[in-house]
Amino acid sequence: MRGVIYAMLPALAFSVYTFGLNALLVTLEAVISCVLFEQLINRYLLGRQSSIADGSAIITGMLLAFNVPTNLPLHIIVLGSAVAVGIGKMSFGGLGNNPFNPALVGRVFLLMSFPVQMTSWPTAQGTLIADGTTGATALGLLKDGLRQGEQVSSLMREMPSYAELFFGFQGGSLGEMSAFALLLGLVYMLYRKIITWHVPVSMVATVFLLTAVFWLIDPGKYANPAFHVLTGGVLIGAIFMATDYVTSPFTHKGMIIFGVGIGLITVVIRLFGSYPEGVSFAILIMNAFVPLINRYTKPTRYGAKTVSS
Amino acid sequence: MNAAIIATVLILVTLGAIAAVILYFVSQKFKVKEDPRLAAVTEALPSTNCGGCGLPGCNAFAEALVKADDLAPYHCPVGGNEVMKEVAEILGMEVEERDPYVAVVRCSGSFEARKQTSIYDGAANCTVATALYSGDHGCAYGCVGLGECVDACDFEAMYMDEKTGLPVVIEDKCTACNACVKACPKDILELWPVGRKSQRIYVACKSEEKSGVARQECSVACTGCAKCFDECKYDAVLVENNLATIDFEKCTLCAKCVVVCEANSLKADNVPDKTLEKLLERHKKKLEKEKAERRASKQSDTEDSPVTKTEKDAVR
Amino acid sequence: MLFDNHLKTFSKGGVHPADHKLSAGEGIEELPLPRSVTIPIYQHIGAPPKIVVERGDTVKAGQVIAIHEGFVSANIHSSVSGKVGKIDPVMDSSGYKHIAINIRVKGDDWEETIDRTDTLVTDIPYTASEIVEKVMQAGVVGQGGAAFPSHVKLSVPKGKVVDTLVINGVECEPYLTADHRVMLEKPHEVMIGAQILMKALGVSKAIIAIENNKQDAIQLLSTVAQGFPNITVEALKVQYPQGGERQLIEALLGREVPSGGLPHDVGAIVHNVGTTYSVYLAVQKNQPLVQRVVTVTGKSLKKPSNFLVRMGTPVIDLVTAAGGIPEDTGKVISGGPMMGKALADLKVPITKATSGILVIPEAETKRAETYQCLRCGKCIEACPMGLEPYHLMLLARGKNTDKTKEENILDCMECGSCSFVCPSNRPILDYIRFSKAKLKKAVKE
Repeated sequence: MRGVIYAMLPALAFSVYTFGLNALLVTLEAVISCVLFEQLINRYLLGRQSSIADGSAIITGMLLAFNVPTNLPLHIIVLGSAVAVGIGKMSFGGLGNNPFNPALVGRVFLLMSFPVQMTSWPTAQGTLIADGTTGATALGLLKDGLRQGEQVSSLMREMPSYAELFFGFQGGSLGEMSAFALLLGLVYMLYRKIITWHVPVSMVATVFLLTAVFWLIDPGKYANPAFHVLTGGVLIGAIFMATDYVTSPFTHKGMIIFGVGIGLITVVIRLFGSYPEGVSFAILIMNAFVPLINRYTKPTRYGAKTVSS
Repeated sequence: MNAAIIATVLILVTLGAIAAVILYFVSQKFKVKEDPRLAAVTEALPSTNCGGCGLPGCNAFAEALVKADDLAPYHCPVGGNEVMKEVAEILGMEVEERDPYVAVVRCSGSFEARKQTSIYDGAANCTVATALYSGDHGCAYGCVGLGECVDACDFEAMYMDEKTGLPVVIEDKCTACNACVKACPKDILELWPVGRKSQRIYVACKSEEKSGVARQECSVACTGCAKCFDECKYDAVLVENNLATIDFEKCTLCAKCVVVCEANSLKADNVPDKTLEKLLERHKKKLEKEKAERRASKQSDTEDSPVTKTEKDAVR
Repeated sequence: MLFDNHLKTFSKGGVHPADHKLSAGEGIEELPLPRSVTIPIYQHIGAPPKIVVERGDTVKAGQVIAIHEGFVSANIHSSVSGKVGKIDPVMDSSGYKHIAINIRVKGDDWEETIDRTDTLVTDIPYTASEIVEKVMQAGVVGQGGAAFPSHVKLSVPKGKVVDTLVINGVECEPYLTADHRVMLEKPHEVMIGAQILMKALGVSKAIIAIENNKQDAIQLLSTVAQGFPNITVEALKVQYPQGGERQLIEALLGREVPSGGLPHDVGAIVHNVGTTYSVYLAVQKNQPLVQRVVTVTGKSLKKPSNFLVRMGTPVIDLVTAAGGIPEDTGKVISGGPMMGKALADLKVPITKATSGILVIPEAETKRAETYQCLRCGKCIEACPMGLEPYHLMLLARGKNTDKTKEENILDCMECGSCSFVCPSNRPILDYIRFSKAKLKKAVKE
């Protein structure tokens, strides 16, 4: 568990760099309230031993913070943490029993309850001081523009460059902007063998290929695949959310099905849905399919092919 | 505004009515035919789902009872004779009364009695420990002391005595459901008839080791010395493989065997201490008497034979 | 070893425990004769043999003291010369008491027929059935751990065709080096042993499989193998439990032994290196299996060693010869750290199946705190049999024994890879053993 926390640090550091100390504050608020809620629920509702030592509440808190704007007020964060830990995890019996990713449960709850606060992102400054101006994400700009009948090519002129997108100089949630920082985390987790490549690669590849198909059909209506992969929550989702042990399938085959499913739903929501972004929903929907996937992707037993005589 | 409310209400009422009609017909069409006695029998059973009857749960038992032509092979150990009588009445059949049973622990190797030879820190489960080795004490037949029987008990009728390390059966709560007997990998637990005045006499040891080895491993081990066998007038004691076993069908609970056992391996449940004390005194007197007789006969032997002490030594 | 990706290995599961081969550089040393030996008659899988000596008899080393009963059984020979003492149940490494013959050592007289010289006998003048008979008379059993009588493995049932003999020099258990030393010090004997086995089985191809962490053995045996056509040496990628018969056959030949079947169902027979050496001694030198190489090792042990030990020597003698029991000892294990078994008593005798004695410091024996199952699937990834250990554990914990059988719990070979990789330190194997024990009990009843 500690390895996952280390892997998230580059993204956090980058966020502090672009959004100022607010980013650190939001993360701390979320982590502390998640740990606190887990402790309170364990102690007073379930009457169980403390389980905060397993570190999962810290990860939930960090992931929740990574998925919200840095200017979110304290009470919303606390509420989100309560939903994430209380409903997303503890109501199912604690770590290991939750069918849905707790941080995403909290995030989606907030997105629906506080749509305005959750979608006014501070603009990235590249300084440690936050200046209070807010703006939409690249995906949000794209969606709005397309709705008003503009062409992608003209909209692209207003967007950050690919280098800026890759390194993270874009508006967005706390932890999702910098593809570079997130990839650092991925490399670390792969090196430590905390996760395998199956979920992230299959998910990102699906998003890339599907958006490429649409882009080739009509580049005027659909943005190019690189833009889709680098913006929004695709990478943070693929690296940190979809790979959550508890809510992803067991076998490699299952993981690939899971990743492809998430990619598919993400693209459908982004291109045809009313929300500009769909990674959170896609992961939650595929979480629900995990037991089914597990059922149909049992590992092949040794000697099952050959018939005993 | 009003029209909208009225329309909504009307639509909902109609929908409800249609659904009700559909449900009615469906429930008529797919009605499962069920023996009406089944519900009554299920009701009569204690619904503990302990499996003591040998069937998986009370519902399965009720189904079996309803189908049965003869109730003799069926018995609910939890409900006992009362419940079986009730069931028999519902089904219009006869049922014989059975003696109530209770679980007994056939090991008395407490921490004091047996030496600990090793430390076990594997999974706290008797079956796992038994699969790995004979236990943290020398005796391969004795209680492992990890409490799988207690876990198996659905009626809170057992607990592990922390002082002795042995399980204890709470007689009043035990339903003789057989769960602990099945759980014990060493077969230390047995079901015995509760007995007259709930008195039972049994050998609380299952060690088949030779006497010396058994005694070395555990101070209360049965060595198969057969003193109890000699004492019993009713052929209730059987000594086999260095181990005495009491046949509860023949035992008359006279408790004479209990006091002759030098290892204290025999246990007398609920036999008053006074009775045992009396028997013990009588036994002691008898021993002294025998000793005296032996001495007397020895003296007469020496008087008769001309062998002197020195000659005896020479023979040695 | 970083660049051994081109090497073969088994495809399903597997783990990489640190190998700690502390005694790999220590030559095989003959342990001085103990004062007395205790030889359990039940040292192999199958029927226990019948004792043919009595208390007070004088026996020579190599003399039969218990004769096999039935085909799946093995002879037991006296490993020393001396006087037979008590014949009583004695605690052995299984943790239970079994009948054993105690012999007080007097001198070192061997049976006259036994050739104890080191001269290499290369000619194999015997027919296949003569070889099987000689192996059976010598009481040779598999020395990898399971102790299955070797002559049974050499008698392939009618209708089965065996085309490949595999000599198992994998020694995938950490710490153990006994087979490694045998390969280094008796390469020619192992080769001739392999030839004998090939002749007995009527096969024309033999592969000696060695894991890539034993470079010296691979090189030496490859050189020696040039003089033996039909015998090849194959280096395998290091991965536990490659020493398992089924895994080894799959790694080398790509064939999967069917569930519930035996290796000869897919045309292969596996013999351990130590066994092959014993077969050489039995057939060419008339020497029964009365001594074997045992690794005595451990991190805090003064002198990790490989000893040539007479059967029935108490474990404590070996540990004393290796520098005595260190103060921080927590457990003494018979076998390797993955599949070995902690000993409840150090007086237990060395048997034909004892490949190593491992002394583990107290700090390393402690079980770590366990957490909830995270459903990470690492145990599934690690299981070499393609089972779902986490699921088996849940079923076993719920006492759902019938269901565990449906989930093929009996395919489990208890290699411990699942417990080894579990990030929550869950005692998965303990519960699998629990369910297996319950299943066996149910079969008995």
